Amino acid sequence: MAFDYDKYIRPGKLPHIWCPGCGHGIVMKGLIRAIDTVGLDTKNTAIVSGIGCASRLPGYMDCCTLHTAHGRAAAFATGVKMAKPEMDVILVGGDGDGTAIGGNHFIHACRRNINMTYIILNNKIYGMTGGQFSPATPTGAKASTTPYGNPDPAFDIAKLAIGAGATFVARGTSFHANQIDKLIAEAIQHKGFSVVEILDDCPTTYGRRNKFKSVVEMMNHLKDIAVPVKAAEKMSPEQLEGKILTGVLFKEERPEYTSEYAKVIERAKAAK
Amino acid sequence: MSGRYEIRFSGAGGQGLILAGVIMAEAASIFDGKQAVQSQSYGPEARGGASKSEVIVSDGPIDYPKATVVDALLALTQEACDKYSHDLKEGGVLLIDSDLVKRQPAGNFKVVSFPIINTAKNEVGREIVANIVALGAMVALTGVVSKESAEKAVLSRVPEAFLELNKKAFNMGYEKAMAAKK
Amino acid sequence: MAKKVAFLQGNEAAAQGALYAGCKFFAGYPITPSTEVAEVMSAELPKIGGKFIQMEDEIGAMAAILGASLTGTKVLTSTSGPGLSLKQELIGYGCIAEIPCVIFNVMRGGPSTGMPTGPSQSDVMCAKWGTHGDHPAICLVPASVQETYEEMVRAFNLAEKYRTPVMVMPDEIVAHMRERIVFPEQGELEVINRTAPTVPPEQYKPYDTSFGDVPPLAAYGSGYKYHVTGLNKMQDGFPTTKAEIVQAEEERQIRKVEANKADIMKWEEYLVDDAEIVVVAYGSTSRSARFAVNEARKNGVKAGLFRLQTFWPFPEERLLELSKKVKAFITPEMNLGMCHGVVKGCIEGNAPVLGIFRVDGEPINPGQIVDKMKEVK
Repeated sequence: MAFDYDKYIRPGKLPHIWCPGCGHGIVMKGLIRAIDTVGLDTKNTAIVSGIGCASRLPGYMDCCTLHTAHGRAAAFATGVKMAKPEMDVILVGGDGDGTAIGGNHFIHACRRNINMTYIILNNKIYGMTGGQFSPATPTGAKASTTPYGNPDPAFDIAKLAIGAGATFVARGTSFHANQIDKLIAEAIQHKGFSVVEILDDCPTTYGRRNKFKSVVEMMNHLKDIAVPVKAAEKMSPEQLEGKILTGVLFKEERPEYTSEYAKVIERAKAAK
Repeated sequence: MSGRYEIRFSGAGGQGLILAGVIMAEAASIFDGKQAVQSQSYGPEARGGASKSEVIVSDGPIDYPKATVVDALLALTQEACDKYSHDLKEGGVLLIDSDLVKRQPAGNFKVVSFPIINTAKNEVGREIVANIVALGAMVALTGVVSKESAEKAVLSRVPEAFLELNKKAFNMGYEKAMAAKK
Repeated sequence: MAKKVAFLQGNEAAAQGALYAGCKFFAGYPITPSTEVAEVMSAELPKIGGKFIQMEDEIGAMAAILGASLTGTKVLTSTSGPGLSLKQELIGYGCIAEIPCVIFNVMRGGPSTGMPTGPSQSDVMCAKWGTHGDHPAICLVPASVQETYEEMVRAFNLAEKYRTPVMVMPDEIVAHMRERIVFPEQGELEVINRTAPTVPPEQYKPYDTSFGDVPPLAAYGSGYKYHVTGLNKMQDGFPTTKAEIVQAEEERQIRKVEANKADIMKWEEYLVDDAEIVVVAYGSTSRSARFAVNEARKNGVKAGLFRLQTFWPFPEERLLELSKKVKAFITPEMNLGMCHGVVKGCIEGNAPVLGIFRVDGEPINPGQIVDKMKEVK
């Protein structure tokens, strides 16, 4: 029997705003399957986003949804989760939203290890504003504000998350659609701050400026560069040149923030 | 006492002068049933720099919370004495640390001086209670709050382990000022 | 039983007032001269099962209280000038998404880092015009420790009642001075809680105007699923660019405050009835003004004090009325003429408005105001 996505989608809110060929819809379907797998109660699930194409995703989801200001998703979500730790909180956003204007909130959410899941749809560009380069745009790439090629080096978002203290970090691509729900489900079930970076494509503002002739070519590129972490163990540095690792990149157990704060409450009450 | 009585505690940041002002005001407003306002001004330094704490005591409501004409001034450092003595009124009380304030401001003041910080260090046993020694002295010199109320206010603000130390400091300051006043 | 009294700082009283009002969540970022509020909240909130979080920056703190408020919690943040500038982005969000919250802002010298430990009153315009776009503004300006406590309670009430951010803005003098405070007993001051929806979840719309200009706000996690956005929105919370809806919603947001000015505005008139000179003042400056008015009266000058307790909404109508019978207004303030301009703007040129402006980190003393009265012809 085909999976019933409608159960999780708000009636009357489709079609979505995303362009033909954009991978965001694939990620949304993966998120829906993950929510279903884990068995989250949508009444107690908050989906929080910032600004950008990816940040429109919560509007389609039949949950408690919060479309905040540019870059602020992690900080709003921290307030929701702290005030009501029994809620499941999922963040969704793009690479520019999360790692440029929202970079500070992002790294501190990682550091606190607060029990939320952040899905970053990394299409390497600011799509909604027309294709300006982001902190994830590769050096040399063309964007509307790098007409002579991008002079900036790019963030490795997964590494950034690990370095900042996230306790579960995974990476997938929108080509590997069947892996997305599994990574997100594992992230949701992990107790702590989990980050799932999904490499995605923006044919409209990135592909056409960077010599991708079609969406299929962009998709094939994602397929070609992705190497599962297990497979990478057997590969030489030369073979890994230009590749990106996918799968669960990092996982550790560390005290979770709302649980730690519950202890603060106990200590304060005892001291009263 | 009918009108305003204005007291200024001044010295360097970290000497506990704000606390001294708070205790004085608390003695007046909580324990003596008068009205009191305490305010302060301070610089960016947590330690050092010139710092002041002002207390206005009155029988009636206090509108303007800052000093207008100072009735009594404590100066624990030369810098504070130079900076904060300009509006001390003629005939007002000036309490200074005799070791640290060598140049007195010109004017007709009731000057009382004794080695406040050294008293705390050598006679009470801890330099940290110099503010309480000074407070005891100011209570003695100004007479705006009763000695009993001031002592109660001191004891309500300090940690239990230091009650005796502070009591000793307060009384030492009080006695020294009474003696110096004569 | 005798009421509980204490000798408290304005900032400490603000925190205590918030707790009385039922605040259960605080997010902040360290900043002089308001940090004591955060310190008290960090100690007190966990004792009652509330939450305190020190965020990574001022914007994050503002975001966190908005997120927490959506779970049905009464929320507070505290800051000062530079922090208020940073928070403006999300104060606008709170206004358009209609999320109750209280922002306590201690006014210090500015612009920029300015004079962190010096008093000022130069954020009052920022309270209304700081964030972009048209939006409602409520700003309370207490003048004593007791009033700071009581106005904090009222700020929470107004935030919950009108579903909008409310600012409480003492100057640094009020925030840091200590006075005796008499704590109200439980039930003595009115405490207003948020109106919860009465319709079942499937019929709920977060901006349903069939319930009036202030629609009920459901708590996240209480069975209601709805959407919140910073975009112009329809009654169901989803974005729209339809001209007539955007216009109507914008006007409704403003109307929540404008149509309820009588409930929100507060001021005190002292010896104003027969006054020829009326000093319009707020915060610590109003205390200098009262002192000056009393001095002037001793010398036979018919002076009075009009003390603003809310800066926004501003009591324009009453000042216009007074302007028809007074010789002059005097506006002493620790900025370069913010209240001055507003008074001038609402009295239609009926009387001169003499300003006393100080931005040197020193308070305006009563003598300056008495001197200014002598200039009135």
